[in-house]
Amino acid sequence: MARKKRKVPGVNASSSADIAFMLLLFFLMTSSMDTDKGLPRRLPPPVPKDQKNNDVEINKRNLLVVLINSQNQISCGGEPIDISQLKDKAKEFIDNPYNDANKPEKEEKEVEFFGKVMCASKGVISIQNDRGTQYQAYISVQNELARAYNELRDEISREKFGKAFADLEDAQQKAVQEIYPQKISEAEPKNYGEK
Amino acid sequence: MPELNTSSLPDLVFAFLFFIMMVTSMREVSLMVQFRAPQATELQKLEKKSLVTFIYIGVPNREYQAKMGTEARVQLNDKIEEVSAIQDYIAQEKSSMNEEDQPYMTVSIKADRDTKMGLITDVKQALREAYALKISYSATPAVN
Repeated sequence: MARKKRKVPGVNASSSADIAFMLLLFFLMTSSMDTDKGLPRRLPPPVPKDQKNNDVEINKRNLLVVLINSQNQISCGGEPIDISQLKDKAKEFIDNPYNDANKPEKEEKEVEFFGKVMCASKGVISIQNDRGTQYQAYISVQNELARAYNELRDEISREKFGKAFADLEDAQQKAVQEIYPQKISEAEPKNYGEK
Repeated sequence: MPELNTSSLPDLVFAFLFFIMMVTSMREVSLMVQFRAPQATELQKLEKKSLVTFIYIGVPNREYQAKMGTEARVQLNDKIEEVSAIQDYIAQEKSSMNEEDQPYMTVSIKADRDTKMGLITDVKQALREAYALKISYSATPAVN
């Protein structure tokens, strides 16, 4: 018996595009493409338990204390200020443009691209907050300080390379960072007025 | 007019689908705490998602409030935990990473803007103890 050659009918694939589109839409809806953004910081390593007090003595002129109390009020270097003034205060402290005797001392440093520069890199900004401080107030202060550093870095980058700090190459960024190192210390909170 | 040949259209769409699947990550945890990120301007993007661990801090959602109270709490993965559980959590996350990646581990603190700093400081201290020193305060861009 001669077998009849049967033709296998092809699967109708005209709807597979629709199916693929449905899958695509599903993944587009459920997945989040948003990248997380934030203020990056580095915590100090933990203090060994057997070590009692290793507070590094910092010369008073090299320290700017920013206090936030439980009412979210800010004081900078001993006087109460508004958040809008904080950035300029911090910039003045970090850069010390007029060689003020109460601002951080300057030292000569050998920096790539720049040669010998006088930089006030010993200055440390210390943030102290209360346990009752609102998180938003704390972030605002961190943000203003970061802005102070970024503006100073941008200024010197434009002067030297004609570009914003973010557009510099890695080696150049490193050099600028060496002139303005970000030194923000976060002290343990004090408990004055929670609740 | 000749008809446009669409037989390769599914292949194109599938290729696109695979691309989307590769670059996106599904939201892994469901939020159990109320969370509105604080606002800031000087934000930096977090690199390499696989190196980032998240800690959520906020007031528990209404359905959990009966059990967890209305004070701000810490959420790790899918559970609301005590601050003391952070060290184990970090150690666990760390051990699930490649060895060469471990020093670059970043912890993103996603805290509600109304949280009291006391809790956040406790979390920070716990992170210090766990040697997770790279942190990022998660925030949204401020609209001026």
